[in-house]
Amino acid sequence: MEMPIPNAAIMSKRDRVIARLAEVLPKDALISDEAERRAYECDALTAYRCLPLAVVLPESTEQVAAIMKICHAEGVPVVPRGSGTSLAGGALPTEDSIILGVARLRDVVEINYADRFIRVQSGITNLAVTGAVEGDGFFYAPDPSSQLACAIAGNIAMNSGGAHCLKYGVTTNNLLGVTLVTMAGEVIEIGGAHLDAAGYDLLGLICGSEGQLGIVTEATLRILPKPEGARPVLMGFDSNEVAGACVSDIIKAGVLPVAIEFMDRPCIRATEDFAKAGYPDCEALLIVEVEGSDAEIDEQLGLIKQIARRHNPVELRESQSDEESKKIWLGRKSAFGAMGQIADYMCLDGTIPVSSLPFVLKRIGEMSKEFGLGVANVFHAGDGNMHPLILYDANKPGDLELCEAFGAEILKLCVEVGGCLTGEHGVGIEKRDLMNVQFAPDDLDAQMAVKDVFDPQWLLNPAKVFPLEASATRRAA
Amino acid sequence: MRPATETELAEIVRAASGPLRIRGGGTRSLGAATTGALLETGGLSGISLYEPGALTLVAGAGTPLAEVEAALAAENQRLPFEPMDMRALLGVEGIPTVGGMVAANASGPRRIAVGACRDSLIGVRFVDGQGRIVKNGGRVMKNVTGYDLVKLMAGSWGTLGVLTECSFKLLPVPEMQATLVSAAMTPDAAVACMSDALGTAYEVNAATRDTEGRVCLRLEGFSEQIRYRKAALAEALGGDWQLVEGADSQALWRDIRDVTAFAGQPGDVWRISVKPSDAAALVAKIAAPVQMDWGGGLIWALVPEGTDLRAKLGPIAGHATLVRASDPTRTRLPAFHPEPAPIAALAQGLRAKFDPRGVLNPGLMG
Repeated sequence: MEMPIPNAAIMSKRDRVIARLAEVLPKDALISDEAERRAYECDALTAYRCLPLAVVLPESTEQVAAIMKICHAEGVPVVPRGSGTSLAGGALPTEDSIILGVARLRDVVEINYADRFIRVQSGITNLAVTGAVEGDGFFYAPDPSSQLACAIAGNIAMNSGGAHCLKYGVTTNNLLGVTLVTMAGEVIEIGGAHLDAAGYDLLGLICGSEGQLGIVTEATLRILPKPEGARPVLMGFDSNEVAGACVSDIIKAGVLPVAIEFMDRPCIRATEDFAKAGYPDCEALLIVEVEGSDAEIDEQLGLIKQIARRHNPVELRESQSDEESKKIWLGRKSAFGAMGQIADYMCLDGTIPVSSLPFVLKRIGEMSKEFGLGVANVFHAGDGNMHPLILYDANKPGDLELCEAFGAEILKLCVEVGGCLTGEHGVGIEKRDLMNVQFAPDDLDAQMAVKDVFDPQWLLNPAKVFPLEASATRRAA
Repeated sequence: MRPATETELAEIVRAASGPLRIRGGGTRSLGAATTGALLETGGLSGISLYEPGALTLVAGAGTPLAEVEAALAAENQRLPFEPMDMRALLGVEGIPTVGGMVAANASGPRRIAVGACRDSLIGVRFVDGQGRIVKNGGRVMKNVTGYDLVKLMAGSWGTLGVLTECSFKLLPVPEMQATLVSAAMTPDAAVACMSDALGTAYEVNAATRDTEGRVCLRLEGFSEQIRYRKAALAEALGGDWQLVEGADSQALWRDIRDVTAFAGQPGDVWRISVKPSDAAALVAKIAAPVQMDWGGGLIWALVPEGTDLRAKLGPIAGHATLVRASDPTRTRLPAFHPEPAPIAALAQGLRAKFDPRGVLNPGLMG
């Protein structure tokens, strides 16, 4: 992975920058010691590491603004960091940057059930947001699988999704407002508890901008009343094509499940060995979940099972109890862990039109043979967001490179069939150099023009999202 | 000018030596006096892709909305956000287009449950102010590849680019709908009632206090589901509820969506977005006929000509759009809510980048 050469002028004034930061921060909010900085050298994409100049952990929006003013004046790049769970290298530092972590901004600022929103500081974890309101029968809908650890700040930066977005949408559909600190240290309120801000949709622009337009320190999020209940049904099929056709038929029939999850044979096997969820021995498996009262669930699942039967399932098992529901989900939720027991893996995140599912799965199978690397597929089938896991051996020289090349080919295939490089993880550094596959130069230029407006010096989260050669003149200016 | 292709449209914009007035069907104009040569998108018409099994549709920006709605109805699907038809309210004729709807981010009563137009919009193609063709997003519903210019284009009223193509995420049309209608309530009681209803698990997907003061709550779903939910909801809320179903329920919501009550009535029409719990106090200050949609969060007000409702908003967070007004009012009050300085600066910055020559709908949106 090519990264820009660290700016020598910034490296040489490290002590001065740290001294200035020390003036505006409590002692324990500034980390300059090498051993402690080491904890911030990477995020969940551990293949890439780099030691930052320093790490700051501000405790208020005012402190964030003070830090930004100093970095802006000194021309020091800033890499925002939530909980460091990015799978795309979204929080990877450069040597000449400081890491600005929001981990100490964890307060719930306001809960308002009448207007159905919660106002939080951005370092709070995704699950803690639901935790703050579930006692009163509400929840926060986006549920990325890292929700126990990941911060709302990172969710906003990457526009995170989850298993239930077929019904509830992703982060951008559940975000009402933010407090944004710009690179120049200005504090701006965008949106709020009311709907659809006046003027341009800056909120929509900030969500998913990978921390390159500003630092979000607070957010207003939509909360929803919890459904009365939920129940999954498990179905097994003897080919990926049939399972794909079944997904399409369910959607066409007018049922909108909250989740449709898909696993292929390699994934089913590994998961079964690991979690003993009682999955059938078959080529493809679907978990379809619906919500409502018991009678409502019966009605919807009745229709879904009727559709599934037309596709001759080898297994069709409706959960009969909470325990069975948990067991059905247990396998799916431990799929990544199970694969990790077998081999090292790289998790991809491309999205494809649901109609291309059978074709893409077939092609991935063929490519797997060509590259000589195994692949397991587990993903959100209802919205076409795939997560192929490519298995490799990190200790075998050349295997990681081979795996990356294979991954790139799969993502190109996703774009070819009308999909995209990333459905919910973000571009980060991981997919940065593939952006040219999906976008023409003018498409990228329009996006970079937005960054020019918010961060004219290109100091925020450098070297991410845009191919380095595409952004070279802007970064140099 | 009415180009037949995106390339032609791009050439027209590139060659423009003065301001361009961008028009889809001309049915949503907020009346701000824009000058310049008329550039119509009606030639960029047609559905280029519709996959019911993937809940996705792609259409040219000039495609009549009615054509899209008919194609969707044939597959028992719909645009989730229930876009309003403004013709009766504004007293204009014309054919609403897909691009006009997106440029206005037009969203109706169901917005509180399924999001606005911008939430269902998954891809755009547009021509920027320099005549460059740009695409963003695509035709899949989960996509975080690069910055989300799709959202930026929705509701930008043709000031950042001329839309040429739009892609949407769709939803199935539920088997049936039912509406619970109350007796007239005060704004205070109505907002409290709507908040209670929206706080239940029964998935109320529209909640409005109409101009008569009645609270209308809509349920949609499968037949057994609706049978259960309408009883459960009425019981949870207490009080007497009249049940309106089928075609009558559809007609009721069409009137609310299009604010039919104010069509043909003299006076200015404002549209105000606030958080629901601020709505009753504001309605008291407005002291004029109102329709309170979105559980109270969207206030439509019919006021005597020249009334400045923005002034009444005062410290309440939100924004007011002057939707219908006479020319003298227009010269005094802008259609769009003025923004705080830092946000206005970002908006101006974006506009300068996307349309450096200032040819796209100059004068609109500040």
